[in-house]
Amino acid sequence: MSKKRRDYKLTFYSRIEDFVNGKEEFLLYRPTGTTEAKKLETLEEELTEAADLLEKREARQKVQDNTEPLDFLKRFHRLYGIIAVLVCATMMGMLMITVSWLPKFGEPGNPANNEVIARYIEKGQEETGAVNVVTGLILNYRGFDTMGETHVLFIAASCVMILLLIAEGEEKKSSYAFDRYLEPKNDIIIQKVAAFLVPVVFVFGIYVILNGHLSPGGGFSGGAILGAGLIMYVSAFGFKKTQRFMNEHVYKIAKVSALCFYVCCLSYYFYMGAHGYDNHIPLGTPGNIISSGLILFINIFVGTEVACTMYAFYALFRKGGL
Amino acid sequence: MKLFIIILALFLIVCAIATCLHRTLLTSIIIFMAYSTIMSIIWALLESPDLAITEAAVGAGVTSILFFVTLKKIRAVETTEIRAGSAEESTAMAEGIGAEHE
Repeated sequence: MSKKRRDYKLTFYSRIEDFVNGKEEFLLYRPTGTTEAKKLETLEEELTEAADLLEKREARQKVQDNTEPLDFLKRFHRLYGIIAVLVCATMMGMLMITVSWLPKFGEPGNPANNEVIARYIEKGQEETGAVNVVTGLILNYRGFDTMGETHVLFIAASCVMILLLIAEGEEKKSSYAFDRYLEPKNDIIIQKVAAFLVPVVFVFGIYVILNGHLSPGGGFSGGAILGAGLIMYVSAFGFKKTQRFMNEHVYKIAKVSALCFYVCCLSYYFYMGAHGYDNHIPLGTPGNIISSGLILFINIFVGTEVACTMYAFYALFRKGGL
Repeated sequence: MKLFIIILALFLIVCAIATCLHRTLLTSIIIFMAYSTIMSIIWALLESPDLAITEAAVGAGVTSILFFVTLKKIRAVETTEIRAGSAEESTAMAEGIGAEHE
């Protein structure tokens, strides 16, 4: 009984009780040598460290606010404006001249209303080798449009990087920590569901990409599915585990090489088509996985690019880096 | 089948209006997810499965997640603990967590 009372005297609650009753000065009383004392010390150290970090950050921000590092950019400020206006005006003029050559909108004799659609549907499979006419259309006949779309996606990812990418340093860690603050870490339900679903999602995404010329789907949808699977994996297991197979290095290599190969494949089409040469790539038998010439490879490259972009969006929004 | 399509279309319109008119942003995004899902079913019924797959993956999946993350980024979704404590306190705690995660 007496032992118990002595133990209670040492506890935190007894000290609070004493402090409330006015028996003891709570803030000055410190048990030394016990585990509690060590805990208190470490806590205080952490708090002071956090305060130091905050002070450093504020000081650095003040320094950044005071200096004007963009002086050299202001020198050509007016020139930039004039050049931008000129470039925009020439682009607009070119587009206007092109539009003025087009046939009138909505006339029944227009080639778009009678020739193109019939040709796509009747000869699409024969000419592109793709059973799925839509994929053959967007990657072969309309390959130029699709290349523009892919570049739009690339530019969007670059813009998000410019806005949200945080350089190396304390800022990066603290922003990620603040973003995950009070969020459940290693939640068992999410992890079990993800462990079951992520492989299925990945397999489905790869199937959609590889079967793009045979069944509905294609590079963009398959890549989006893969990206969604990656995001699910990240939200379940955290960035540390994901970075083992998907880090900045892998992202750079995968994305840049996919874009380059994609442009090479399409350039081949453009060059051969514009000069009226024959397509030397065998189309194979329609219905096989390896058929339809370059469409399969273009699908794979687009899929890689889209999956990387989707994951990069999420990672940049979450922690300002990959 | 026709009745099913009519119900889907009505639900689509209701979702679209509710997304605009709802007061909290979080609920709007969840309604928008429902809108995308219904839209992908409608694409499948209109015999364009390519669009259905893309709509389900991008519209209902990735876009909504990016919306949620953005809401968190601009502090539109707040947890009760952050609201109770002052901003400085929570920042300091976050720094502590960051140091812990080294």
